[in-house]
Amino acid sequence: MSKIVESLPNIPEVLPLDPAPQADPAVRVKPLITARNVNVFYGQKQALQNISLEVPANQVTALIGPSGCGKTTFLRCINRMNDLIDICRVEGSIEIGGQDIYHKDVDVVTLRAQVGMVFQKPNPFPKSIFENVAYGPRIHGLAASKAELQDIVEASLEKAGLLAEVHDRMNAPGTSLSGGQQQRLCIARTIAVEPKIILMDEPCSALDPIATARIEELIDELRENYTIIIVTHSMQQAARVSQRTAFFHMGELVEEGATEQIFTAPRDERTQSYITGRIG
Amino acid sequence: MEKTKTINFMAKSSRHRRVEQGVIAVLIACSTLAIFTTIGIIASLIFEAIQFFKFIPITDFLFGLNWSPQTAIREDQIGSGGSFGVLPLITGTFLISAVAMALATPLGLFSAIYLAEYAGPKVRAYIKPLLEILAGIPTVVYGFFAALVIAPFIRMTGSEIGLEVASESALAAGIAMGVMITPLISSLSDDVINSVPQALRDASLGLGATHAETVAKVVLPAALPGIAGSLLLATSRAIGETMIVVMAAGLAAQLTLNPLQAVTTITVQIVTLLTGDQEFDSAKTLSAFALGLMLFLVTLCLNAIAHQIVRHYREQYD
Ligand SMILES: Nc1ncnc2c1ncn2[C@@H]1O[C@H](COP(=O)(O)OP(=O)(O)OP(=O)(O)O)[C@@H](O)[C@H]1O
Ligand SMILES: [Mg+2]
Repeated sequence: MSKIVESLPNIPEVLPLDPAPQADPAVRVKPLITARNVNVFYGQKQALQNISLEVPANQVTALIGPSGCGKTTFLRCINRMNDLIDICRVEGSIEIGGQDIYHKDVDVVTLRAQVGMVFQKPNPFPKSIFENVAYGPRIHGLAASKAELQDIVEASLEKAGLLAEVHDRMNAPGTSLSGGQQQRLCIARTIAVEPKIILMDEPCSALDPIATARIEELIDELRENYTIIIVTHSMQQAARVSQRTAFFHMGELVEEGATEQIFTAPRDERTQSYITGRIG
Repeated sequence: MEKTKTINFMAKSSRHRRVEQGVIAVLIACSTLAIFTTIGIIASLIFEAIQFFKFIPITDFLFGLNWSPQTAIREDQIGSGGSFGVLPLITGTFLISAVAMALATPLGLFSAIYLAEYAGPKVRAYIKPLLEILAGIPTVVYGFFAALVIAPFIRMTGSEIGLEVASESALAAGIAMGVMITPLISSLSDDVINSVPQALRDASLGLGATHAETVAKVVLPAALPGIAGSLLLATSRAIGETMIVVMAAGLAAQLTLNPLQAVTTITVQIVTLLTGDQEFDSAKTLSAFALGLMLFLVTLCLNAIAHQIVRHYREQYD
């Protein structure tokens, strides 16, 4: 039994999306990300135990589980953001497209350009809307000219569903937007770098149901070109946007499979309890 | 049946109220005392300065190119007015402050960036207190150091490469002062850089920026207003500094921008004007108040701007 008690945020089902087409579990696509026996320690404390997970390309994988179970920790392993935490130690292997990202020759900076991240709390730079999105392409030299940069910025904002709202005030500070707009700005900023994979850590936790619905819609569209891993506390959201779901509990990966199967026929008792709201 | 308790908020005894009022009275008395002292000082500055401007027209004071108050006490002499042109003092003050800031800005800023962004917790634990010790050294010690070590060294090097260097120079005083205000800048800037939210660094690094790019393009721009504030505070500290200049920059009021020459500053002149036995109604003595007022106004403005900037910056992230 879990000591961690947490109330599930109940996002009401306004503006329900069409349920995402469920991937046929029988069709085994070659996984894009493969984690094998990943152990993570913060100092002496072990946060993740022997996580092995395969994430297929061009699908949305949801990570669910009670607070403190290690979802963020796992997510941050995939683009090595955990390197920034002094006391954090990662064991095991994570391969992306067959390459071990913890190999000593890996250039973390290039890795992070390929594996973008959207954080739980919207964190736009204190710069203009334009500069927020242009930041990544500038750093990576993705635009040869000003016009090209402009195109990238506009295309990214368009994809994030924000362009219509901001096209006439591209020079306004990004921090002047509403919370939901800021989160979409952060998504635009991430896709402007053209990563292969987007990690989203509770992207809707600070948003109202309407903004949440917009972002869920967006995630569904992005799936075509990106592989997405999303952490969420909302069962409804996981069910709506993801094709696969992984349930974490106290640092362990309890169960993983097609979203439909996890929600309708969980194999593990703990999964059953969690999705029905009995443990949390 | 239980008797219902009567409810009564009316103060039966005024004990609570008396204690409260006593506390308030003490607090008000203390703050009034502090405020009135400040007002008194400013008033006396203004009052005496007005007396001074009865002897010397304010335009002569503000725009005069020559400062030699010494002649004023020789009343037997013809033309004993003395010269009270403050410009050489202002250039002297700003020359020394400029040297100090030119040294302290990069030193303080880079050490702040190192401390806040790169130093591990262990290094930090040693360097921070060390810098604070540096900030705690009495200024007279810096003056000492400037007069006995820096100034001779500059003169020696200067004469070796064929430069004429006065034995007391703006450069020597400026260097010592720069060392003195470096910890001020580094510790203020360190706080400012540290208060840039980690989320912004994560955002930048998560986009594949290097640490250096993140510092240069996200952290420093975000911290810039706060850093500017800390630089202004340091400047106003430099302008007000006296001891180092007395000991290392000399007393000669020269209108020059050459840091190798001896110069003097507003603060130093105030000290020399008022030390020793003086008549209190001579122009010479009174000029000290005019200088004091001027110094007060300059540093007040700098501090006000600095605090404004720092506060504005804080609001941005709250
Ligand atoms: N920087 C850190 N230092 C030390 N321990 C940490 C750190 N970050 C996370 N932990 C610990 O690791 C465990 C997993 O944390 P993590 O943030 O991954 O949980 P989570 O599943 O994302 O929770 P939530 O749903 O609340 O965001 C927790 O017990 C937490 O205390
Ligand atoms: Mg988390």
